Amino acid sequence: MSDLILAGGTVLTAKGIEEADVRIRDGLIAEIGPSLEGDETIDCEGAWIGPGLVDLHAHFREPGQEWKEDIESGSRAAAAGGFTAAFAMPNTEPATDSGHVARFVANRGVEVGLIEVLPVGAITKGRAGKELAHLDELWAAGVRVFSDDGDVVEDAGLLRQAMDYLAERGGVISQHAVDVGLSSGGYMHEGSVSSLLGMYGIPSAADDVILARDIRLVEMTGARYHVQHLSTATGVELIAAAKAKGLPVTAEVTPHHLAFDHTAAHTTDPVYKMMPPLRSDEDRDALRKGLEDGTVDIVGTDHAPHAAHEKEVPWEHAPNGVLGLEWAAAVANTFVDLDQAAFYDRLSAAPARIGQLDGQGMLPEVGGPANLAVFDPNVAWTPSTTVSKSENSPYFGLQLRGKVIATLYQGRVTALDGVPVS
Amino acid sequence: MNHFLTIEGLTADDLNGLLDDADEFVEVLHRPIPKVPALRGKTVATMFFEPSTRTKMSFEKAAKALSADTMSFSPGTSSLSKGESLKDTVLTVKAMGTDAMVVRHKATGAPWRIAEWIDQPVLNAGDGAHQHPTQALLDSLTIRQHFGTLEGLKIGIVGDIRHSRVARSDIQAFSTLGADVTMVAPRTLLPVDPHVFDATASENLDEVLEDFDVVYVLRVQAERGGASVFPSLSEYTDRYGITKERFARLKPEAIVLHPGPMNRGVEIEGAVADDPRALILDQVFNGVAVRMAVLFRLLGGERNE
Repeated sequence: MSDLILAGGTVLTAKGIEEADVRIRDGLIAEIGPSLEGDETIDCEGAWIGPGLVDLHAHFREPGQEWKEDIESGSRAAAAGGFTAAFAMPNTEPATDSGHVARFVANRGVEVGLIEVLPVGAITKGRAGKELAHLDELWAAGVRVFSDDGDVVEDAGLLRQAMDYLAERGGVISQHAVDVGLSSGGYMHEGSVSSLLGMYGIPSAADDVILARDIRLVEMTGARYHVQHLSTATGVELIAAAKAKGLPVTAEVTPHHLAFDHTAAHTTDPVYKMMPPLRSDEDRDALRKGLEDGTVDIVGTDHAPHAAHEKEVPWEHAPNGVLGLEWAAAVANTFVDLDQAAFYDRLSAAPARIGQLDGQGMLPEVGGPANLAVFDPNVAWTPSTTVSKSENSPYFGLQLRGKVIATLYQGRVTALDGVPVS
Repeated sequence: MNHFLTIEGLTADDLNGLLDDADEFVEVLHRPIPKVPALRGKTVATMFFEPSTRTKMSFEKAAKALSADTMSFSPGTSSLSKGESLKDTVLTVKAMGTDAMVVRHKATGAPWRIAEWIDQPVLNAGDGAHQHPTQALLDSLTIRQHFGTLEGLKIGIVGDIRHSRVARSDIQAFSTLGADVTMVAPRTLLPVDPHVFDATASENLDEVLEDFDVVYVLRVQAERGGASVFPSLSEYTDRYGITKERFARLKPEAIVLHPGPMNRGVEIEGAVADDPRALILDQVFNGVAVRMAVLFRLLGGERNE
């Protein structure tokens, strides 16, 4: 097998940042050092080299909604965005609430071979919120992250049961935190824009009250708890307070909540419709700051493909969600002041740690797996295309800074300059 | 002007220009033969995805008074019930040969989406609780006819502002035309963030009533589920209803407007609605004239009288 050299970049290693070349051989990092030569070279001048990105929150829509996305197209989008692993949310049809669906998802990921696909298991049967899913089967199939994503686990008693069960084993609950009583009937952030539009709103408190409740349950059960797509400034404060108490709580923010606020919804263009909704500029700024200082642990894309005909409707009728995998790294770099170490922490090491994922999120070292993302933080570009099956990207036409120029999974180049290599 | 979707962003000159045109169409509508050939050969489609009788009839009358042909769409009997998308419905009607579409939809923003899909003028005849811009023109015209100007007038808009496209459009038009607007409603019916409007908010009608030159009475939308926004209709009437007693406390020259349809005995007492200072039927008449003005402006007809 031939040697591939990543030449001229700055490498984030356990010893710190090194200006060095990286030799890849047989799926592993064979050498890190100056002026390496090999059979093939990727010019990484001016770019960061670090572990392949890990997304703790993606929707690949397979099985059941393959007209939106499938594990192959989702893997391509992930690779293009620098990812080498992604957790696939269980709101599929059927829901990933049993061992065989989880194994199907993981196996499809292996067949496609562009990234590692990790199934997230449903907490409740059919994600219906009534009774626990087959957590035993899911656990046996290797699932470590559990969520009813798309829906909150509303019943605190049921959530407590799941927490007790998973606390014993060490699994993590990933909650889509929104109070249904406060959010139902709402279509966007409740505030100045919803008032202007006469649209029913979803108050920030809808997210906050569930997060506060859940933190109390974490205190009671000791379970590991991860809150998805944090959208409010109060949410950042709640997480900071829970961490100060030493509770095993982590938080994620999506690229779109970093990039936009609810004024984008004034156009009523459904490309800006998602749950939780884009909130105020104060919320957005608190999320940026939270990611910067680490209160918010990770960027999770909530990559949510929807077909054009599904979004070409009035706002109220459109499904929630936007694409994200291909631009998450650039968005984080554009809107948040992250140095190389913090960048790979929030987008790779921390999500891998929360997801209990071995072999991913590891700082490059000789003998380690060659799962790498090469990111040039200084390139200015304006996205206009996607490799996803769907096209619901809010980033088309938005100037971003920083671009993934190469992705390597198990030593193989899976994407170059935003284009998947098959 | 390519479309007529919203009052937001229009200037006083824009609005007065349309009202000046509407004045001329008022004159046309008073003629023995109330019709001009300005839009002969043009086809206006009225696409009312949310049922409405009065606004649709008003637009059809306006189009016909300009000699345009009209086509109409009703959701109940259409392909929408067979699952056709809004986009396909609109493209299908357009393919039959329309020159402009008048759109009402209960989803906020629907006319904007349609304007993206078809390359011809779209008129917003009401979207969600967002905008109803021709209503704002007809209300402004009615007030301007009576007082000569809106500049400096004190206008109270009373009732369910939170769920009202009429209120949103009117507040923006009245304040742009120089009026001093007060929103009067219980907190559950005020906009969640009232500061987005150039208007003050009051929860106490009796404190502010006597200042008003115009009392604009909004319809209580019983279909919104009264119980969830205020405890009872009778409590609403006690606190916010325009009763004979409150009407008697108004300035002698003050007028009362209502967009219809009225709930007599709830937001407005019957005797007030029937008083000569309630210009409710003038509003309806003016609706035809302002819609003529907007259609004429958008379809670029040559005036040929």
